[in-house]
Amino acid sequence: MDNLIVSVSPHIRAKDTTASLMRDVLIALLPAVAASVLFFGARALLVEVFCVAACVGLEWLFQWGMKRPVTVADCSAAVTGLILALNLPVGIPLWMALVGCAVAILVVKQLFGGIGHNFANPAITARIVMFLAFSSAMAAWVSPNLVDAVSSATPLAGLKNGALVGYTPLQLFLGAVPGCLGETSALALLLGGVYLLARRVITWHTPVSFICTVFVLALLLRGPAFALAEILAGGLFLGAIFMATDYATTPSTAWGRVVFGVGCGLITCLIRFFGNYPEGVSFSILLMNILTPYISKWTRSKPLGGETK
Amino acid sequence: MSIRLLPGVHAPHRKHTADMAPVRMPVPGVVKIPMSMNIGRPATPTVKLMAKVQVGQKIAEAGGFLGAPIHASVSGTVKKIEETTLFHGGSCKVLVIETDGEQTRWDGLTPPEVTDFDSFLAAVRESGVVGLGGATFPTAVKLKVDPEKVEYICINGAECEPYITADTRTMLDEGERLSEGIDLLRRFYPKARILVGIEDNKPKSIRHLRELNAGKERVEVRALPALYPQGGEKVLIHNLTGRVVPAGKLPIDVGCIVLNTTTLKTIAEYIQTGMPLVERVVTVDGSAVKHPMNVIAPIGASIRDVVEFTGGFAEEPRKIIMGGPMMGISVPSADECVAKGTGSILCFGARDAVLPEPTACIKCGRCVNHCPLHLSPADIETAFRLNKPEDLAALRVDLCMECGCCAYICPARRPLVQVNKLAKGELRKYTDRIKAEAAAKAKKEAEKKGEAQHG
Repeated sequence: MDNLIVSVSPHIRAKDTTASLMRDVLIALLPAVAASVLFFGARALLVEVFCVAACVGLEWLFQWGMKRPVTVADCSAAVTGLILALNLPVGIPLWMALVGCAVAILVVKQLFGGIGHNFANPAITARIVMFLAFSSAMAAWVSPNLVDAVSSATPLAGLKNGALVGYTPLQLFLGAVPGCLGETSALALLLGGVYLLARRVITWHTPVSFICTVFVLALLLRGPAFALAEILAGGLFLGAIFMATDYATTPSTAWGRVVFGVGCGLITCLIRFFGNYPEGVSFSILLMNILTPYISKWTRSKPLGGETK
Repeated sequence: MSIRLLPGVHAPHRKHTADMAPVRMPVPGVVKIPMSMNIGRPATPTVKLMAKVQVGQKIAEAGGFLGAPIHASVSGTVKKIEETTLFHGGSCKVLVIETDGEQTRWDGLTPPEVTDFDSFLAAVRESGVVGLGGATFPTAVKLKVDPEKVEYICINGAECEPYITADTRTMLDEGERLSEGIDLLRRFYPKARILVGIEDNKPKSIRHLRELNAGKERVEVRALPALYPQGGEKVLIHNLTGRVVPAGKLPIDVGCIVLNTTTLKTIAEYIQTGMPLVERVVTVDGSAVKHPMNVIAPIGASIRDVVEFTGGFAEEPRKIIMGGPMMGISVPSADECVAKGTGSILCFGARDAVLPEPTACIKCGRCVNHCPLHLSPADIETAFRLNKPEDLAALRVDLCMECGCCAYICPARRPLVQVNKLAKGELRKYTDRIKAEAAAKAKKEAEKKGEAQHG
């Protein structure tokens, strides 16, 4: 009976664990997965399952090979795989997807020390690497099933050329437009975002400041006709809700998150309006990832009662 | 004035015993009364071996200014006076009293004469009362300030730790005594506003104290959100008055005094009846306890005796905590005894006793966003592991009140507050070294100057 465990307080813990948070992100992505299957057919699901399996498998292989504790059970590799898949076009050859997964899990995540230690978002970096390496396959957009399966330009590419190319804001909101698997349906992504907010997995700061910045800049620089289309088309919702809120690679203070979101919005608009590429969400998040340690330092909360010394 | 409340965590309440009026346990065969039951110096025994003692008789004098006397909680014979190692590491003398079961009141017990501020303070000192919420700071020392300087007296009825309902019962069962205490404070601190802060998960206590103190000038009973650590001293002061206690300062430096409800009730009781602090309400709860309940236990009763009285263990306990689950101390044995600051005894079986292994920090920022004092525990942990005391100084780990919100909320189960405690020690060593080096340098330079002048 006196075989008691002695430990330092606190003796109880909150319910959330790393794994439960990651599971919540997976759940929040389900509407986007459903939308991708609805719009792009069964191959969408194939790409998604393949990327999740590849990321989990690669992480397991790396950790097993390096004789490190295997942490695939925390679901973070699965989240990376699913987010990467949602950033790919439906026709992407699977070997290219595998290369992307390897970049994400091996190079960006594990070589920097695994979960929590990577400075850049693995899925975004992998997407950018793939975008640069496999330019044509990564830009082979097809129209969703509901219309007809022919290749076509994304709404953003149309916007880039100064045309609204026949998509109504409602179409853009629902997502029956050409684009990456998971980025087209703002509705599905918003559902996921509301779930994450309700479960307190993320805070509103980054998504709201990111999206608002893009909206305001589009309004000012391109006019009211374009503003709504600019935030609904492209990868803004996917990026703002699911990638700019990644814990390890974004600031952890409320103000830091606002700065991060505004910065992302600025860079996105610079690229979209003045750069060569039609889309700038991924680049903006990656660039802001690099600034994150500094934003964190500048916005570190002031200790209460710490002023006098 | 609206005050922006400090952050915290929504710890589970688990106030299973809130509706259970405390039951006085029969005196155990033996009580062990440690001489160190307060912050500051241990008390000095004033009774000899084999001396007969009676309930309320003083058996130890305060060991210094920062100390409090101790009174016998039982009638019986002092069988042993031995040195003991306390569960928090220190050692002190402990009086082992074999009880005679009579519980004879000491015939020298008379209510103290309280006519002015000084006699009030003397009475508080003689009552043996220390901070009964668990902090155990000698109350008389806290009250011994210029009454004109006291602008607020915060009465702490927050009881924010899960499980514990000792203060809740004080407010419900001893509300009249507590209100007498409030009247004493109004009398001796003529400028102070008396703010009673109670978490809003205790609506009955709030209503009861509001009724009892209705119409009293300078008294206000306030409901605060049930958010741990609402009852932390700095947090309560901030959330009741909007004032911030600066680093290294005391509440009185910003015109505040904080008193726990049970502490104030015990002072009022002593002044009315002459019975000093010899027993207290202890909440007995936890998964390994068969019948959770509130017990009035004599100071010095062992955990084993108290739990036996409630009906015993439901399963073999693997962890026993004195105090709450957020800040309480887990003890090595059920032979540890109820001390002045013991508000609860929580016993847990194997399932609740083992804590999960930590995993890598995912930088979610919860520790930062839930820290009541706006510290950055994850950064402190990094600075500590990299052995960078200058970073610890910049991060102000010295301010940490060790409430445990960071470790509680961490999804990676990292031992954050535990590291804070170690880091505070490291920082102290570092600042002491810096000071010593600066002093040595100054001395050397002074010597040089002296030599130059003489030369």
